[in-house]
Amino acid sequence: MEHSNINLNLKVWRQKNAQDTGKFETYKAENISTEMSFLEMFDVVNEKLINEGQDPIAFDHDCREGICGMCSMHINGRAHGPWDGTTTCQLHMRAFKDGETVTVEPWRASAFPVLKDLVVDRSAFDRIQQAGGYVSVNTGNAQDGNALPINKELADASFDAAMCIGCGACVAACKNSSAMLFTSAKVSQYALLPQGEPERKTRVLNMVAQMDKEGFGACTNTGACEAECPKEISISNIARLNREYLSAQLSL
Amino acid sequence: MAFTGIFLILFLIVHAVANSCIFLNDGGATYNGVAHFLSHNWIVRFLEIGLFVGLFAHIIQGLMLTMQNNSKRPVKYAVNAGNATSKWYSRSMGILGSLLLIFLVIHLKDFFIGTKIALYSGDAPHNLFEEMKEEFENPIIVGVYLVGVIALCWHLIHGFASAFQTIGVNSPKYNSLIRNAGYVYTILICLAFAMMPIAFHFGWIQ
Repeated sequence: MEHSNINLNLKVWRQKNAQDTGKFETYKAENISTEMSFLEMFDVVNEKLINEGQDPIAFDHDCREGICGMCSMHINGRAHGPWDGTTTCQLHMRAFKDGETVTVEPWRASAFPVLKDLVVDRSAFDRIQQAGGYVSVNTGNAQDGNALPINKELADASFDAAMCIGCGACVAACKNSSAMLFTSAKVSQYALLPQGEPERKTRVLNMVAQMDKEGFGACTNTGACEAECPKEISISNIARLNREYLSAQLSL
Repeated sequence: MAFTGIFLILFLIVHAVANSCIFLNDGGATYNGVAHFLSHNWIVRFLEIGLFVGLFAHIIQGLMLTMQNNSKRPVKYAVNAGNATSKWYSRSMGILGSLLLIFLVIHLKDFFIGTKIALYSGDAPHNLFEEMKEEFENPIIVGVYLVGVIALCWHLIHGFASAFQTIGVNSPKYNSLIRNAGYVYTILICLAFAMMPIAFHFGWIQ
């Protein structure tokens, strides 16, 4: 891949704290290598801001290899930027043209309040997970690995759902700020396996109840979440959640 | 939304098939016969109540859903993904539904209320065929009906498949079947409804 340096105009959302109304500020990102990741570009900009004695732009990040789900920028109208199936940390600067203006916003949803600049509070996801996204394990020795036969297709489908890193791009991309893709992935990964069976019905009811309590919107099947998900979680999981929910409601 | 939607989808089949009798071009004999049967049959009269209940439920659910969902993002994005991640008609079900509601008020005023007045006042048998012929002489009414059909078309293109997704019917084996059945259904229904005012207006049906 040909390597070059580019200059960008950044339009970044700056907000001092959760109470502040916030506004866009413009910054110049100069001499940015196209091989940098989007977050590394922000590091360069922040380094300059710190040297100038200004407040650096706050943004979430952790592993920087696309598995932790911390990075969360809404770049030019797209959650995690223009590339499909990538997180912001895996988005490279070669996705942008020299001289381009790039607008960077935090996730927007009332359930994800902005804490500072591009950092939002996604603990609503943790509470949904805590409402049922687990398997209760009795004490004792671990079972033998092959004691529970599991169909290959189901194991694969469960693993695909378990790929969810809880980054919140589905909520950010959804016009209704719905958390259905996240919740459905967490419900599906257990609903497909025998280990999830004992708590299957209470799990889906509790997780959906928590999701509604957190103030996420309702799903209208636009499919924007599936298009933006960095782990390419399918909306077939949402149909499974609907199925699970309906049957749990009718039989509990 | 899904259950009432599927109910209304089923109703549209009956409505389109019954109305398509006008295309027999027999001066409305078959059509008026069907209309007479439907307006005088007790089972149909009973189902009609169900239809209105379903329709109102769908409208109220839709309004509540749209209002609640719109309130979940108080600060909007400066830049939106637009068509890059979803279809415009999927995002516009509320607007399409509102257009349909306006159309429905006009439509019921045109054909439903008159029929009911004639039915209960005990006048001579209501000639619905002649009424359609007169109504659709006016190009503005034809235009209003075509706008209604276009709104219905986009509403169904999203709504048909979406209803199945909501009730949990989603399997790699049947997804393309459901999607394509939705397209075929939408095209057939909308074509039938669009042709009615057009055929009357241009005198293809006498």
